[in-house]
Amino acid sequence: MTITAPRVDTTTAISLRGVSKAFGHGGNAVVALEGINLDVARGEFVCLVGASGCGKSTSLNLIAGLDRPTVGDVAVHGRTALMFQEAALFPWLTVRDNVALPMRLAGKGRAERHRRAEELLESVHLGGQGGRRPHELSGGMRQRAALARALAQDAEILLMDEPFGALDAMTRDLLHDELEQVWSSTGLTIVFVTHNVREAARLSDRIVLLTSLPGRVADEFPVAIARPRRIDSPEVMGLAAAVTDRLRAEVRRHSDDPHGN
Amino acid sequence: MATEVHTENTDVSDQKLAEEIAGLDALEAHLGTHPSRARRIWTTAWPKLAAIALALGVWQAVVWSGWKEEFVLPGPDKVLPALFELLGDGDFRYAVGITMSRAVTGYILAMLIGSVIGLAVARVKLLRSAVGSLITGLQTMPSIAWFPLAISLFGLTERAIMFVVVLGAAPSIANGLIGGVDHVPPLMVRAGRMVGAKGIGLYRHVILPAALPTYIGGLKQGWAFAWRSLMAGELLVILANRPSIGDQLQFARELARSQQMLAIMIVILIIGIIVDTIFGRADVAIRRRWGLIDPAT
Repeated sequence: MTITAPRVDTTTAISLRGVSKAFGHGGNAVVALEGINLDVARGEFVCLVGASGCGKSTSLNLIAGLDRPTVGDVAVHGRTALMFQEAALFPWLTVRDNVALPMRLAGKGRAERHRRAEELLESVHLGGQGGRRPHELSGGMRQRAALARALAQDAEILLMDEPFGALDAMTRDLLHDELEQVWSSTGLTIVFVTHNVREAARLSDRIVLLTSLPGRVADEFPVAIARPRRIDSPEVMGLAAAVTDRLRAEVRRHSDDPHGN
Repeated sequence: MATEVHTENTDVSDQKLAEEIAGLDALEAHLGTHPSRARRIWTTAWPKLAAIALALGVWQAVVWSGWKEEFVLPGPDKVLPALFELLGDGDFRYAVGITMSRAVTGYILAMLIGSVIGLAVARVKLLRSAVGSLITGLQTMPSIAWFPLAISLFGLTERAIMFVVVLGAAPSIANGLIGGVDHVPPLMVRAGRMVGAKGIGLYRHVILPAALPTYIGGLKQGWAFAWRSLMAGELLVILANRPSIGDQLQFARELARSQQMLAIMIVILIIGIIVDTIFGRADVAIRRRWGLIDPAT
């Protein structure tokens, strides 16, 4: 059995130190994250996994700079791009113009935008589809276009908030292959939020398990499975089972404590 | 040696992935069929033609019932020839031209003013709480109620008419823009921010395009108010050497030429419908491009 050399280098891309985030004030405050410590190395693929209310999306917003922590430090080295569960393509633009918009906002020339957008569409297997409108694409194609648009931002860090959650299993499997290919060819750092444990084992270098209400880092699982992987391989399924057991234990703790206090 | 084999394998799996993705895309792509053009025109035209025939039928029935003398309320058999005669009359076409140039000027002014005010109110919170409900109030105010003020401010002049047309149309246009900006999906704004749009760029590339359908709705309603205000204005403010649809209508009534009066009313109705149809087309075209209309319909 071959084990791929760790592609993770030593410089950190993201560092969260003692990060807490509360919403609301006083007695009504909800603590979404509490005392989170998390380091993500440059080029690493990390999955955040947890049950509802574990503050997965909150962490991404903090890393993306869309929100600020109540306490603690968030250090991000490099530009970030964010992908959502919905493709959130702009319906008034063609697929190509959607991909080109970040470059347009960055002040790049028309010819360069056009060329690069075609290149990016090609890299997500949407070559020749650039002239179509978002609504003319299937859900999987839209997510790939959204991936191309995220890549067009020349970001070093890609944050993904359950990006494949709304897709059917077949499409999702193919998008896993697609994303793995993009990741290995670009050297992106990826933080991928999901509630699908198998998806996490299929994709990531490391799984970070978060507890719910308040969100804390409960456990970490390094994923030492050779790539390319299959979601239904025994190694992936075995690891997923172990993570699921740990996740269930966490969820059980809330059964006699409905308010999470 | 081993590396080469590995590369080859990767190429093969890349190729396989590309084929699988292409296959799935082909299966999922929309298969839209379009009915023939003639058929489409007929499907949209026949209900309208039937409605016109019905209206003419009811009108003729009222005339035949003998409710009013025929010189007061002539039937379609008298009015339709009068309408064709009117359309062939150069003087009347000149009057229509003046009315239309007033309509276009007034409407463009209302569009500019309404859009600037709408954008300002949508952007600035303080303005919103100050004049937001005032704009809606103005929108419900019958435009004819402005005329006494307009006439005392500007006298019986073109400017009095313009004043009322603009006041009639601008609030609807402003409200359309405000509503459009208010209802931009938060996800679009978030996505826009994420791809690097901020400040004016966010408005130009995300918020205003997203507000377009509602804005068009406001423009359409603004047109209806502008046209109404203009007709009211032309009935009240009659200027020498400036014949208009409104004053022709007034003269036809004064001279007791009922066929002509009804024929002019039909012209007013038709112009209103034509312009409204243009707005309707624009609305449908946008929604089709955005995928908000089922392609089968």
